[in-house]
Amino acid sequence: MSAPKSLFGKGNILSPTDMMSRSEAQAFLERVVKLSRADTISAQIGGGYNGNIRFAANRISTSGGVSNSQLVVQSGYGPKHAVVTTGDFSTEGIERAVRQSEAIARLAPDDPESMPLLPPQQYSDVKSYFDSTANLTPADRAAAAHTALDAAKAAGDLAAAGFIIAGSGYSAIASNTGMYAYHPTTSANYQLTVRTNDGTGSGWAAADHPDWKQIDFKAVSDRAIEKARASRNPVAVEPGRYTVILEPQAVGDLVQLLAFALDARSADEGRSAFARTGGGTKIGEKIVDSRVTLFSDPGDPQLLGQPWTGEGLPLGREVWIENGVLKQLAYSRFWAQKKNARPNGGLGAVKMMGGDTTTEQMIASTPRGILVTRLWYLRQVDPRTVLYTGLTRDGTFLIENGKVTKAVKNLRFNESPLFMLNNLEAIGRAVRVAGTEAGGNVVFPTLKVKDFNFTSLSDAV
Amino acid sequence: MTNRRDFLKAGAAAGALALASPALSRADALAQRMAPANEPPAMDPATKELLVEALNAATMGGASFADARIGRYRNNFVVTREKQIVNVVDTDTMGVGVRVLVSGTWGFGASRDLTKAGVVAATKEALAIAKANALPAADRVRLAPATPTPDGRYVTPHTVDPFTVPIEQKADLLIRANTEAMKVTGVRFVNSNMFFVKEEKNYANTEGTFTTQTVIRSWLPFAATAIKPDGSDFQTRTNVIQPAARGYEYLTDAKPVENARKWGEEAAEKLLAKPVDVGRYDLVLHPSHLWLTIHQSVAHPTELDRAMGYEANYAGTSFLAPPREKLGKFKYGPSFMNIQGNRSEVGGCSTIGWDDDGVKPDEFLIIKNGMVNDYQTTREQAPMLDWWYTSQKRPIRSHGCCHGDNWSSVQFQRMPNVSMLPGATERSYEDLIAATDRGIAIIGDGSFSIDQQRYNAQFGGQLFYEIKGGKIVGQLKDVAYQMRTPEFWNSMDMIGGKSSYEMGASFFDGKGQPGQVNAVSHGCVPSRFRNVNVINTGRKA
Repeated sequence: MSAPKSLFGKGNILSPTDMMSRSEAQAFLERVVKLSRADTISAQIGGGYNGNIRFAANRISTSGGVSNSQLVVQSGYGPKHAVVTTGDFSTEGIERAVRQSEAIARLAPDDPESMPLLPPQQYSDVKSYFDSTANLTPADRAAAAHTALDAAKAAGDLAAAGFIIAGSGYSAIASNTGMYAYHPTTSANYQLTVRTNDGTGSGWAAADHPDWKQIDFKAVSDRAIEKARASRNPVAVEPGRYTVILEPQAVGDLVQLLAFALDARSADEGRSAFARTGGGTKIGEKIVDSRVTLFSDPGDPQLLGQPWTGEGLPLGREVWIENGVLKQLAYSRFWAQKKNARPNGGLGAVKMMGGDTTTEQMIASTPRGILVTRLWYLRQVDPRTVLYTGLTRDGTFLIENGKVTKAVKNLRFNESPLFMLNNLEAIGRAVRVAGTEAGGNVVFPTLKVKDFNFTSLSDAV
Repeated sequence: MTNRRDFLKAGAAAGALALASPALSRADALAQRMAPANEPPAMDPATKELLVEALNAATMGGASFADARIGRYRNNFVVTREKQIVNVVDTDTMGVGVRVLVSGTWGFGASRDLTKAGVVAATKEALAIAKANALPAADRVRLAPATPTPDGRYVTPHTVDPFTVPIEQKADLLIRANTEAMKVTGVRFVNSNMFFVKEEKNYANTEGTFTTQTVIRSWLPFAATAIKPDGSDFQTRTNVIQPAARGYEYLTDAKPVENARKWGEEAAEKLLAKPVDVGRYDLVLHPSHLWLTIHQSVAHPTELDRAMGYEANYAGTSFLAPPREKLGKFKYGPSFMNIQGNRSEVGGCSTIGWDDDGVKPDEFLIIKNGMVNDYQTTREQAPMLDWWYTSQKRPIRSHGCCHGDNWSSVQFQRMPNVSMLPGATERSYEDLIAATDRGIAIIGDGSFSIDQQRYNAQFGGQLFYEIKGGKIVGQLKDVAYQMRTPEFWNSMDMIGGKSSYEMGASFFDGKGQPGQVNAVSHGCVPSRFRNVNVINTGRKA
């Protein structure tokens, strides 16, 4: 894809050299590659501009604009290799980085797992660059922040805290094997917390899209305010096993973490939840409810990710779990070669297929349960079962006899996405979520699951 | 130490040094080890000129206060597994960050373009943002006064600069350690790394402060994994060496090769450990574990930005709020509990000469005789507690907790070293175990999770030992304790003395939007907590 016109000076790049077009980046990287005296060289460049505005306690706090770029050079001599990065793009700076990577590579011990660089590849085209985002000004970001600030101030009993970050950038990779890939992208992310001034209620909402125009600031503000008011004066419930309705954000928070566990090598080595006792992996086994399908696809219109990996390997649609069956694990190039498998780039942008049950229907069919807005501070407790702990946050509600009846105190859980996806009752629409702890482009549906394991209460609001 | 005449072309100078460094012989490294104490370098004139250029542009553009930071940030990673190298990576970034205050509103701009035009462009970006965000009069920022430092110099005390140690020497040490651990029956995998940080930071503000500082940090992450012969269980022993602001000598002094077999054995023994019975236990927490509990449940809730709501949208707020209801009134723990904030402990990851407000940090008691006595502050925040400092006849000054993790990151309140002071009586970890009838002793930090107001936490660990009648009777597994911060700290009934004091640290404390990391240490002594809720995390379905 040729670079959009705005890459040539119209976007609000602080330093013009931090945004390169496809041909500029290619010429730059070819210059780097030509400097090489090693057997192999691969050079990556990434750069861009991000502007942000932050506010809390109903006032704007720290905000900034940052322009930056980085060149990453990997040199190799047979099985020896080393990586050096620099932000100094002067002729001497580039040469220094190349020579240093060569010097270190020569002295490094042999890496018996080193792989040859890829030959030229075919990449799909993902349009994730939008002028609407690239051309933003500080005033545009301030105006967006005021959507929530003005509403919270006018209400009199609310405090808004939020963050908006938007920018444009690109990444490119080239090698002395003739490979070249380029991908320009923009991003915009908005997260908002509204707390009630009595200290008993807190609500959160967010939106994320490469196209600034797709972010509905008013809708985010309305939703966070509604959650804040509804979550006031929470009551305690006894920790234990509950039917829960997890909004897409909460599902994404927990299920996205499966990505870190779906590594083929760990499974083959017997140190993973996907290792089969007695040897081998669980590929081909039914591991979760048959309604669960999980895949990666940078070209999916809800995901819009970079269509190649840091090694220049093309990324397409990769299905990890299909109808509950583990279809494949993530293979690095080395491990794929060793196991006669196909390297598949792992789980970057990830999406779980949605269903057609509405949240209202899920609530109406629940005699007693808990509605969860989002999860917080997720940490792995046991890699043998992908067991995580964490807490609910910013809007946790009790469901009684098919209705949301009151706010409840936040709860700590100890639960595995694998256990949870075996206890599935209903699936809702899949949406792009904006604030998982692991970050990235992620799309998840609302889920209703039974026997979700809450182990203690939290007084935190 | 050489006088870096031209920091900016040190892309050139220091780059050339780095280029030569891998070839540095062992003898050279040894000679360096015996070199005299580190002499802090003076600020390079070309760098100073650019900083002044930015400050002048800020003042001309209407800023009432501005500061500029030009920094070079380097990392070195050596990554190994079992008997082989995985990767060697050197990262290097240099640029300028300019912060301006216009009509009491902050703006920040940053660029890697270290020319006059580049720093002026960054300053203009900061000015444009401050003007677009103009605050109403009542909301404007006030800064606590700070004494200007015209020529501040600091360098982390160290013997061997890790960036001068040859790469093959680092790899050799790691692979030898891995090999030792692999000798233990059952140990199938070892992952180990070296991770070094060098930050060369130059700071100037419109009040006449100029500081130049070099910070060095070193870490050796190591993990040995043992697998049961039938494949039904695997266990890992990790977090064996804590990160520190010290040179390469810190890692060799930790004797990874000599200790690796023990770490491997500890992993293998975990396969034989008994699953814990859920219930309430007295916990004896070793400093290698307790530092993280202090970090999460004492250091974070006493950050003033959290208490004032400024982190509400990300890291969270604090149960220790509002300050007016807590300072001098809230009993955090027993009377022998004293928690100090400082940026001066040798080896402490947050230790520095001056912070990113240009303030010389002081040592301050956050918890004094069990009562809440202070919060972590910056120049912007200290005036928020003026009523308290006045009542205590203390000056209204920042404690020097302002930090940006890179030239490209705006500075804000970050954690100093937050350490628990030793008890008056000399007691050891073993003394605490001997005094305990039924309990669990925990060594090393494991999984950790805490809510956004720092009430409810859950901690795992590395090694768990069952205590009966004052003696360790065996190893346990699948242990995690859940706690509510105020009850937990008030259940502490016995702590170690001065000679049992150790520091633990994190390289990656996260906070802020956009997210920034902070390296921070916590010193503490072994301590006992009564009747804590312990769960078993080994679930099957």
